[in-house]
Amino acid sequence: MENQEFEPKIVAFVCNWCTYAGADLTGTSRIKYGANVKIIRFPCTGRIDFMLLMKAFENGADGIIISGCHPNDCHYSTGNFHARRRWVVFRNLLNFSGIDTERIQFSWVSAAEGFKWADVVNNTIEKVRALGPYENYKKINVPTLFAKEDNNE
Amino acid sequence: MARVGVFVCHCGENISATVDCEKVAKESGDLNSVVFSTDYKYMCSDPGQTLIKEAIKEHKLDRVVVAACSPRMHEPTFRKACSEAGMNPYLCEMANIREHCSWVHPKSEETTAKAGDLVRTIVEKVKKNKPLQAIKVPITKTAIVIGGGVAGIQSALDIANCGHKVIMVEKQPSIGGHMSQLSETFPTLDCSQCILTPRMVEVAQHPNITLYTYAEIESVDGFIGNFKVKIRRKSKSLDENLCTGCGLCTTKCPKKKIPNEFERGLGNRTAIYVPFPQAVPNKPVIDRENCNYYQKGTCKVCEKVCPVQAIRFDQEDQIIEVEAGALVVCTGFDVLKPNFFPEYGYGKYKDVIDGLQFERLASASGPTKGEIRRPSDGEIPKKIVFIACAGSRDPAKGIEYCSKICCMYTAKHAMLYKHKVHDGTPYVFYMDIRAGGKMYEEFVRRAIVEDDTKYIRGRVSTVFERNGKLIVRGADTLMGAQPVEIEADMVVLASAGVSNPDSEELAQRLHVSYDAYKFFAEAHPKLKPVETNTAGIFLAGACQAPKDIPESVAAASGAAVKVAALFSNSELTREPVVAEVNRQAPPVFSTCTGCFLCEKVCPYQAIEREEIKDRNGNVIKTLARINKGLCQGCGTCVALCRVKAIDLHGFSNQQMYSEVMALLNF
Amino acid sequence: MIRLGFYPGCSMEGGAREYQESVIALAKVFDIELIQIPDWNCCGATAAHNLNKELSLSLPTRILALAEKNELMDIVVPCAACYSRLTVTNHELNKDKSLADKVCDVIDMPYSGNVNVLNIIQFIQKYIADKLEEKVTTPFNYNVACYYGCLLVRPNGILKFDRPEDPQTMDILVKKAGGNAIDWAYKAECCGAGMSVSRTDIVARLSGNIIRDAVERKAEVLAVACPMCHSNLDMRRPEINKFLKKEVDVPVLYISQILGLAVGLDAKTLGLQRHMVAVNLPEKKAEQPAPITNTIKTEA
Repeated sequence: MENQEFEPKIVAFVCNWCTYAGADLTGTSRIKYGANVKIIRFPCTGRIDFMLLMKAFENGADGIIISGCHPNDCHYSTGNFHARRRWVVFRNLLNFSGIDTERIQFSWVSAAEGFKWADVVNNTIEKVRALGPYENYKKINVPTLFAKEDNNE
Repeated sequence: MARVGVFVCHCGENISATVDCEKVAKESGDLNSVVFSTDYKYMCSDPGQTLIKEAIKEHKLDRVVVAACSPRMHEPTFRKACSEAGMNPYLCEMANIREHCSWVHPKSEETTAKAGDLVRTIVEKVKKNKPLQAIKVPITKTAIVIGGGVAGIQSALDIANCGHKVIMVEKQPSIGGHMSQLSETFPTLDCSQCILTPRMVEVAQHPNITLYTYAEIESVDGFIGNFKVKIRRKSKSLDENLCTGCGLCTTKCPKKKIPNEFERGLGNRTAIYVPFPQAVPNKPVIDRENCNYYQKGTCKVCEKVCPVQAIRFDQEDQIIEVEAGALVVCTGFDVLKPNFFPEYGYGKYKDVIDGLQFERLASASGPTKGEIRRPSDGEIPKKIVFIACAGSRDPAKGIEYCSKICCMYTAKHAMLYKHKVHDGTPYVFYMDIRAGGKMYEEFVRRAIVEDDTKYIRGRVSTVFERNGKLIVRGADTLMGAQPVEIEADMVVLASAGVSNPDSEELAQRLHVSYDAYKFFAEAHPKLKPVETNTAGIFLAGACQAPKDIPESVAAASGAAVKVAALFSNSELTREPVVAEVNRQAPPVFSTCTGCFLCEKVCPYQAIEREEIKDRNGNVIKTLARINKGLCQGCGTCVALCRVKAIDLHGFSNQQMYSEVMALLNF
Repeated sequence: MIRLGFYPGCSMEGGAREYQESVIALAKVFDIELIQIPDWNCCGATAAHNLNKELSLSLPTRILALAEKNELMDIVVPCAACYSRLTVTNHELNKDKSLADKVCDVIDMPYSGNVNVLNIIQFIQKYIADKLEEKVTTPFNYNVACYYGCLLVRPNGILKFDRPEDPQTMDILVKKAGGNAIDWAYKAECCGAGMSVSRTDIVARLSGNIIRDAVERKAEVLAVACPMCHSNLDMRRPEINKFLKKEVDVPVLYISQILGLAVGLDAKTLGLQRHMVAVNLPEKKAEQPAPITNTIKTEA
């Protein structure tokens, strides 16, 4: 099957204080994970504008990881709670819009959880690989507001 | 057009073992706007940094990307290097190709390709970077210490001894707090007042400390280094400059039967009073609610007897405004109110008292001159029962936490009792004995072994009176939950330590967070134990949770060091990663619509309201404005802003969108 | 006329007939009609929940479902044991939806979980207390030891009624009826309960302690709100007296009987003649204040 060879493109939006540091620890501990995931650093998950998720899908991402500090561990005390709340609301909107929320993985990874980060990444790769390339996004009639004609692959 | 330089580091073999660094450097050179790219063995080394600096000069670079380790490791290093080469340091970014690439993937084409992707992404980001300037905030080198208990005293003295000005604000007429009420202190049994009163005097006499007693915080505005605080000095009905503290007024006042708060109701005071003999300042205040003159319009005995005419019946509360760079909150704790224990008969039976009342009975300056006499008839109790965990660790009573100090002071009480009443028998009902601390366990053992205190492990279900005796009914869980009944002469409840009744209000006034029990919350339970979430406001002592004296003092000194460190510079330098609300020419002024959702989500109260006015002073528009002194740069407001009027320096919308697009498109 | 549901349970049809009679008579004075839940069944009492949880919930659920079917959303349950079972059932069903479905399946009836179960004191507080003082014709001018027992106030987390260690609600009602509710130590201690038949020696000791403390504190009457408490304190008096080694003849009255007397109902209507310990209350003038007891004055 084609899916066997399919290597999904996954973008990880992570906060600087917990998950970015956790991913650093994964590296320091030399724990291996798939190269499909590329990390973008944010100060806090509270900073993550969900339009960025749309942008990622639009630009060909097959899956997205959002990860920050565990509840009550936020460097900015409440940013991760705001991210969680926004996600709860936004998820329904995405479902309504026909976007596959299965492709968005939300998790908490602390600066001490190097192993967990590798697990999150590998599990997400497996999951998205099983889901296949996100061809359907291209079929969704994304409003021109989102579209960027000259930047398609 | 930006001129970007890319510098790929081998990190010895840490990166080059799995990533083809030369290839990454070469391919990066082909990227749009990249005018120079190279790779080097150790980019962070001196020669590496020199290489970057020279390249900046030689190739007129205005943007730098260093592809190496985590920015959490070396971002400051490379930004400093760029700065030394005359570039704005915030135009330098790092691509993490070590922790996030070479170390987590095997040597392969794919790994090299990923490194290339990461570099390309950061190149796209850095193109959108804007030069930023570190934020400088001036600091007013005055600290306000709220609360004059042992924590406040320690904090104030430490800060003042560092050469900084301190304003101490105490709600009561005298400083000293709960510690001044205590008899002797565990585990050394040294006299509380003997060790505290010299420090109280030191506070009063310290040239750097201004003391406001009988005063409260009215409001707090501003931010770290620049607080504006209003203090309400409640009227003492007294000219303090004239008063010599002779005490004649307090002896002549006709209202003599007011329960004395300092003695926990076990003694009386007059309407014009000094709370206790060693009070600082040792000058009286008039308690207007109990004063004949204020209540009935006649009396003025104090005014007549005052040899220096210091009484001022018409004195009003005074609001003073001060500027401060930092605040230390040391407001302490309270003891659980009596109506909490209907089953223990507190408030119903005079001889059921709480721990603080026992302290007064045991105190040499207390109502019984240090003799243990029960309140009802003044008899010396021959059997006394101490009930530990009265309210604490009891979810049914809403207090799930351990009050921490009770195990120790109960052992101390039993010991003091036994030292004063040799033929008496002290009993202690306890759940667990928690005596963690230097010499603590040994102290409890002494109470049990040397002073023959009968420790019974179990809870007391009820206390009731029968034929003049207090019957304490409980269970002995070490004897198979066997019911126990003790006919006691007096019962002492180790009542739970709780937050002050007005702590919630004060916390809101200070914009600091508090927990479910209304204790003030530290910024981090382990690593920031004396900081709050509001920069410049620190905590110490039992306002955070019940604490004993050594802990309170340690925290107080800790908070003082934080203040002194803050005051060690005249300006505060901060990373310019802060949010900003855009401003435009009239008539738009800003795309901000003034919905102020940002105000609600900001954890730091950094969102201010700015009114745009026309020439006549009419408000045209109200806009959000970020206080750069308070903003910590989390960006929650940015993600929330519906009209994208807010942006975050260093992680701007343009930067983040560029990153996402660059990462996926090649 | 207010119409409320009424669940008598077994004891009020038998040993505690006077409790039922007095509750209904008292309600009538305040223009309240108590309607027996049609076709009611046993609440399961202590037996069921010791054997089978589902059974112990199904029995009360059927009672509650019947009440709901008959649109009786407030039901008066004077027996403390029945009250406990019904309230606990409501709690359990509301806590666990799947359990509620299962139980409804067992009894083959729907039940929403919304029937409000009132014990005798809650009933009086809600429907009578406000009008009580104006209806009092002969103040109940005696020293009363209010005895709450166990099931009326515990477990507090579920019942959410009164202070479990030092309950006050019955004391307040007695005071409204002109009585002097004394402060005493055995308000919520165990009377021996179900040991009534099997181990009368234990009942004698436990109930004996209760009676002794009340009498030592000059109580002239004990007030109760539970048929089981009543039978132990009243019917087992010979055994209690043997334990106490003296004759104690303090009568034990239901709170409904005390309030009934205060509003002028006669002894016969209230069933006072049915007690084992004769109710011979000394004559007192209405205006005569109750003697001061050893109640300790509270500071607060």
